Order: sequence, then C-alpha cells, then structure tokens
Amino acid sequence: MRFSFTEEQLVLRDAVTAVLADWCTPGDLHELYANDAPDAGRSHPRWNALFNLGITALHIPEVDGGLGLDDRELIAISEAAGRVALPEPLSETAGVVVPILVASGAGHHALEPFLDGGGAATLGGVTFTPSGPRITSVADGDRVRTSGITQATASHHLLAVSSASGPELHLAVTADGDLTRTTSLDRTRRLGTLTWTPTDATRLASGPLAATLLDQAVDRAALYSAAELLGLCDAMITLTAAYVSERKQFGVPVGSFQAVKHHLAGARVKLEFARPAVYAAAWSLATEHPSATHDISLAKSLASDAADEAARVSLQCHGAIGYTFEHDLHLLMKRAWALSAAWGDARSHRARLLNLLQAERSVLPS
Amino acid sequence: MDLTFTPEHDAFRMEARAWLEANVPPPGALRSLDTAEGFDDHRVFERQLFDARWSVVSWPKAYGGREVGIMEWLIFEEEYYRAGGPRRVSQNGIFLLAPTMFEYATDAQLERYMAKMASGEEIWCQGWSEPDAGSDLAGIRSKATKTDGGWLLSGQKTWCSRGAFAHRCFGIFRTDPSAERHRGLTYFLIPMDAPGVTVRPIAQLDGETGFAEVFFDEVFVPDEDVLGTIGDGWKVAMATAGSERGISLRSPARYTEAADKLVDLLLATPVDEGHHLDPRSAIADEVMKAYADAQAYKLHTYMTATKVREGHTVGAEASATKIFWSETDVAIHRAALRLLGESAELEVDDGRGGTDLSEWLDGYLFALSGPIYAGTNEIQRNVVAERMLGLPRA
Repeated sequence: MRFSFTEEQLVLRDAVTAVLADWCTPGDLHELYANDAPDAGRSHPRWNALFNLGITALHIPEVDGGLGLDDRELIAISEAAGRVALPEPLSETAGVVVPILVASGAGHHALEPFLDGGGAATLGGVTFTPSGPRITSVADGDRVRTSGITQATASHHLLAVSSASGPELHLAVTADGDLTRTTSLDRTRRLGTLTWTPTDATRLASGPLAATLLDQAVDRAALYSAAELLGLCDAMITLTAAYVSERKQFGVPVGSFQAVKHHLAGARVKLEFARPAVYAAAWSLATEHPSATHDISLAKSLASDAADEAARVSLQCHGAIGYTFEHDLHLLMKRAWALSAAWGDARSHRARLLNLLQAERSVLPS
Repeated sequence: MDLTFTPEHDAFRMEARAWLEANVPPPGALRSLDTAEGFDDHRVFERQLFDARWSVVSWPKAYGGREVGIMEWLIFEEEYYRAGGPRRVSQNGIFLLAPTMFEYATDAQLERYMAKMASGEEIWCQGWSEPDAGSDLAGIRSKATKTDGGWLLSGQKTWCSRGAFAHRCFGIFRTDPSAERHRGLTYFLIPMDAPGVTVRPIAQLDGETGFAEVFFDEVFVPDEDVLGTIGDGWKVAMATAGSERGISLRSPARYTEAADKLVDLLLATPVDEGHHLDPRSAIADEVMKAYADAQAYKLHTYMTATKVREGHTVGAEASATKIFWSETDVAIHRAALRLLGESAELEVDDGRGGTDLSEWLDGYLFALSGPIYAGTNEIQRNVVAERMLGLPRA
C-alpha cells in the first residue's frame, strides 16, 4: 500500500502543467469564446505543443513507439488540464480513445495519428446509463447521424452504432463526414453532429468485443471527466479565495466573514475527499482490478458533486462580478457544469453503485 | 501508487480476524458503557484485548503494543468494526492522550501510565471545556497555583466524556494568570480520586451519563504530572486536538462498516413500502451518497496514512477530515432512520428483560455529537478557510 504518485509521475504532470500555463490562459479562452477557430483541436499551436510532449501516445506500448505508461500517469495530467479548462480533448484522446484502440488490437495504422500525426479524438454516439452504455447514433439512410459529439473539430472520433448483431465501434475521420456545429453554453466544448458512413474500413470492433470495449470506453470517459472536474474545482476555489481576500466591504476583506469562509471551506472539503477516489479509480483501471467499475462510479459521483458545489459557491462569493461574461469564472464554471453532467451525473453513478452492490450481494453464499 | 496490501498485511489481518471472531462479545452482551455496570463490562473486554496484544497495536511492545505501522492499525480497525467490536471505553486515553504522551511525556510518565491506559485498568477523561470556554478554548479560566512539590488546581471543567466513571483526567489549566489567551496554560495529568475533585455526572440525549462536570477545589497535582513544560499547555493540547480531529480518533472502518449495513437495510426494505429500491428514488440516492462518502473517507485515510508514513505531518487537513467524518456519520445514520420510518423511534429488547435504543438510533445519537465535539464544525470550517485557503482572519 502506497497511495501517492511517484516522482516520475509528478515530473511528467509538471511538464504538462508548464506547457498549459503558456498555452492555455484565461485570455486564450476568452478569445475562443469570441472567435472559435475552425481548426482548433487539430493544427492549433496549443494542441501541437501538447502533442509534442507525447501525451496522446501515453497508453501506446513502447514497442509500438508510445510511452508505455497508463492511467496512473494520465490521471494527474488530466487534472492539470481541467485546472485551466483546456478546450482540446487531451484527456479524451489519451485516456479514452487511444487505450480503446490499443485494447481492440487495432494495428499501427489506427494508432499512427496519435504517435506522430497530431491526432485528437473524442468518443461519441453513446451515453452513460446506470444499467450500461446506451447508443445514441441513429441511422440516416445508408449513413449514420451521431449528435452530441464533443470537440467535433478533432481529427478522429470513436463512434458507437447499433447493428443487427449488436453494438459496433468505428473510428471515423471528421473530414470524411458532414459536420454540423451545435452551440452550447460552454462554447469551447465545440459540440456537433457528424453524419458519416460506417464501412469495413472504419469498423474497429463488433459483437461481444465491441460491447466490452464500449463499456470500457464509457467508464474511461467518466473517469477522465472526473479528473478534469477535480482540476476545475480546485481552480474555481483558488480563484475565489484570492478574490474574497482582496475585495473589501465594510472596510475589511469579505473573505474574513464566516459566511463566506464556510461556503468555500465546504467546497474545499468536498474536493479534498473526491480527489483520492479519482486517483484510486485510475489505479483500479490501470491494474484491471475487479472493483474498477465500482471505483469509477464512486469517483465520478464525488467529483461531479464537488464541482457543482465549487461552481455554486464560487459564483456566490464573487457576487455580481462573477456573473459577468468578461470575468474568468464562467470559463471554469460552464465547463464544470458540462462535465458534471457528462458521462453520468452524480446520481446516475450512485444508481450504478447501488446496482453493483445489489448484484454483489445476490451472488454471496447465504 | 499501489493500493494492495502486502502478504504480511494480509497475514496480520487474518490473525486479527480470527481473534476477534472468537472473542468479540455478541451484540448487546455488554451493557452501555455510559452506565457504571457497562463501564466495567467494557473494561473487562479491554483487558482481554490487551492480554492478546490487540488493544494498542501501533504502540511500543513495552506498553502492550505490537510496534506495527499505521497501515496495520487501519487494518486492525477494519477488522474490529467488521467483527462488531464494542465502543472503546479507553478511547480518550488511547486515541487522544496517547499520541500527545508519546510526543511530550517523560520516560517516567510513560512508564507510570501507558500500560495501565492500554489495559483499561485506568480510564482517562478529557478536562478541557469550561462553561465559558467551549469553541473559544483559549478562554480557559480554571487555574493552577504553585505550591511545594506541585500545583493546586481550582475551577470547573465540563462535557468531560467518560468523566462520570474515569480514573484519571488530562486537562489544561491557567498557570500564569497575567498571560493572555493561548499563553500561560499548562497541561496536567490528574487523578480523579484526589481530594478536592467533585464529579457531577450529566445525562446525555439518551439519558445516560456519558459525560460529566468536574469541579476542582485546590486539588494537589505533583510536579511530575505536568505534561510538557509549564506555560506550554496550548501547544501540547493542540497535538491532542490534531489527533482527535485527524485519523487516530475515527478510523474509516466505523463508517464503511455502518454504510455497508445501511445498503443491506435499503436492499432489505420491501419495494412496495415506498419503492425504495428504485435507484431514482430520493432515499436510495441518500443511502448511496452516504455510502460513497464512507468509501471516500477510507481512500482519503489511505492517502493520509501514506503521507504520514513518508514523514509528512497532518496539519489543517485534520480539520477538513473532522468535518467530513462527523457529517458522514450523521448522514449514514439519518438515512437508516428514514428507511425505518416511523418505527425508527422504538426501543428494542435488550436481552436482559428491558429495552434499549436500537443500533441505528443509538448510532444516530452518538453521530450527532460528532459535529459538536473536538471543536465544532463551524470552528473547523474557519480553520480550513484560513489555513488551507489562506482567507483573512476576522
């Protein structure tokens, strides 16, 4: 039992944090709100800077040219990405799509974009429910329409579709389909609907393998959303603590009032206790521990609740200035709201925990 | 990062489990520890634990321990609660005073007190709060005046858990009346049978005398029973407070065990009495939230234990921890009472011809004291805000 990161893991996280500090400032995010670049998430210099660290290839074995690392490294990196509300899908590419490609046995060709092609990828066509993934892609003639894709401008999408013989997983290239952008509150999420054609060439898995990979993909998406939520939560609390220490009313900093202190302390406590659960779930996933599913639902439920609370009290403690579009808070808060609900909100994951505990108890000898 | 236990840990767990399964008395066999008879029942069990070297596993062997690490202590605690072990009558001594003793006591003091503390021969109570010094602990007015070979203690302490039946008391008294607030306080180890000590038991919510007021009228305490140095009482006391709020008082096992029972209770509640099993229902969500918090506390404790083992100290995080475990405890038991509905208030057969609070109701009343004792959660939130977030003091 040693529940902490290694020096090497922290060094890697800090290297990514340093790049993020240069390339993902609140000013950059305000700029993105004002003027979304259509190539963002592909050739954008910020993505290139991150890609060049090799993070997208983190899960690819060294023999195939990757870093040969796992979720124990990536979870801390993902938390750092959340802290700056990174728009690009670093967590989703490195923590969801690439590990599924590796697990599917896809060859070098499929992995190539993430080794040296600048590839960014997200998961779509599926949503979390307490009783298992539900496919949301719908048939549209010979084509398939997949809505609710995040970072729709990324180069690749791992997409689920239903077929007569069960679920299938495809790796689609954005450029090969027709993309319609959807506007959402957090504009930096760049949602969209992709209408595309599944072919033998795009098919990654079908039958029982596809079902297994789909379970894993959705669990991974939930875990990495939880990791980003930790970072967002921390960033909102830090921003707010600094503000209430400066802002004066009645001649004193408003942060000296207990009502304000207790709001922020409550949020800080929730973060403090969500964090180990997220790290532990990453460990369970990396080591293929039988409790991984349980641990991921635990992590996501705690992180979603912690982020909701942090967003709520951060806005309240900022007062009216936090309610403005020009303030940095909304950049963090809107992402937190979106990720809190994404891939299963707190209640859905608690419902799955109950399902799991009930199943566990029913197989115990009486 | 490695969340598995070593084979040595597993062997330790199995040894503890085997002993506990064979020796923990069945539920209800011991009378309530907040009664004179129950106090003695629990001391008899403490003696059994001590004789088998399970009462204080992390302590030096010389005082009855096994000199094992914090992980083994957590494992023992998990097994203790798994086996349904009774509430520890010696907890104020072994969990609160002992860490402070190991930091500040002289060899002679350790020799004099630790083994008897570990065996339950001497039960300790805490003499900190006063009628006008609760959350504002630095407002202590009880005083100690120097006399030949020792000190004369006078004043009033209150809310002393176990005070009605305890043999010894650890308390803070003002030794320098001219010093302000945190200065001029000294930590004393006091025999409760000394002339001048008067105990007035106080009945708690459940009607039993779990705590007491203690009056001191020129009570003589010899110099060798000062813990730490004269005037340094606040610093010594804060070491105890850190233990009280940190991981040594409330191991996560209490909560994970209770939360597992809560899930069992939910699953055993008939669906046709309110659709409790529908995972969308409010009560199912409340239960699972309590379960998730108990699990979160366990994982947080493993992380803290790793830090402690690697030489870090627990500072203001202890305040965050105290808020979390105390509120988790309330949430677990409140959810259980909600599941029991209107039958929750009923007492149950105590097996001795009378009735007693049900396990859940007793647990709820106990849990409700958590956010109040060891520094109210409001004070802890101030500490989290000021020391973890850097917010300005009022």
